[in-house]
Amino acid sequence: MSLSELIACHECDLLTRLPELPPGGCAHCPRCGCLLQRDRPNSIEKTLALSFAGLVLFIAAVSFPFLAMKAGGFEQHSNLLTGVWLLLEQKMVLLAMVVLLTCVLFPLAGILGLLYVLLPLHFGRRLPRAEVVFRLVSHLQPWSMMEVFMLGILVSLVKLGHLAEVIPGISLWAFAVLIFVLAAQAAVLDPHQVWERLEALR
Amino acid sequence: MKAAGMTARRQNLVSCHNCHLLCDAPVPVEKQVACCPRCGSTLHSRKPNSLMRTWALVFAAVILYLPANLLPITITSAIGVTQTDTIISGVIYFLHSGMVPIALVIFIASVFVPLMKLLILIYLLISVQRRSRRRLVDRTRLYRLTELVGRWSMVDVYVVTILVALVKLGAVARVDAGPATPYFAGVVIITMFAAESFDPRLIWDVMEDDE
Repeated sequence: MSLSELIACHECDLLTRLPELPPGGCAHCPRCGCLLQRDRPNSIEKTLALSFAGLVLFIAAVSFPFLAMKAGGFEQHSNLLTGVWLLLEQKMVLLAMVVLLTCVLFPLAGILGLLYVLLPLHFGRRLPRAEVVFRLVSHLQPWSMMEVFMLGILVSLVKLGHLAEVIPGISLWAFAVLIFVLAAQAAVLDPHQVWERLEALR
Repeated sequence: MKAAGMTARRQNLVSCHNCHLLCDAPVPVEKQVACCPRCGSTLHSRKPNSLMRTWALVFAAVILYLPANLLPITITSAIGVTQTDTIISGVIYFLHSGMVPIALVIFIASVFVPLMKLLILIYLLISVQRRSRRRLVDRTRLYRLTELVGRWSMVDVYVVTILVALVKLGAVARVDAGPATPYFAGVVIITMFAAESFDPRLIWDVMEDDE
């Protein structure tokens, strides 16, 4: 039996022979139940389409006003980055960095990284250091927390609702759609297939 | 009890942590690390020093958990009156004003999840060190759960950021981030690293000694 027919479960190390998966089917580890592999048809093309959509929405989300608040004759506009600047002004550099990284830079790096790897792959090529980029993308994934940020927005809106009038901006809608696009992107991406294609092109 | 089964390690194979390529176990050479031939990440059969690292991070998180919950997380000033709120007092405030769903979200994300995560990790660490053979599947599931839900604890950090950014209405009202905020962010980030450094394969390794 050759090694390529076998897979070791990455949660319990059990060696299993990978079955031929039906379209859309998935294989679980017989011992611990961990998901071993899922058949994802046209994974690369679907991920590419969603990454492009994500990039457009990301640009919209950072460039337009996010929320505006009206109370007692004052009006306060803010976009995605003003919160970060205000934290910096209060000398909370660490916190500002955490928010900037997890809500702006990591998601952006994830989208750009996938485009860098997958776009050439679609045309049967690979750019230099594609493995390094794809590895980084998979390491960054748990640290990209836009959907958690969205929950934070909802909580803040309820919190402020009785205090002042809160007006959602264009960027908020772009942001909401972006979260679904990113979730869909994570669901259609098949890392196994990408690694195999990268290896074949070496 | 489940059958021991054949593991990659017993067959002298190593599965890459990142791309899951199955390779022959590298022959150890001093001061050299073996790399996955496909993706280039370092190859090891089990995550190195997994138990020690996880213990250290769990201890650090337990220490930070105290100031994170005892110090104020927001400082609100409205028309000359200043009010400081800890995480718990914020939850109680929401409960009193009838916003039960929000109180639940904050309580689960900021108090319950970090605490459960720490307790689960401590339980997993102790049970692995005591070479427990009980509930292997359930313990693996617990691990999967801690890995999955940890990031949602960040929600309170983001709420504070948004409030600080939005509520800057001159003399009428302003919100500042309290001293607990960096500690709280520290708890969330450190527990995420702790879950990542724990190797669930250690739960199953005890099965190999059966035969």
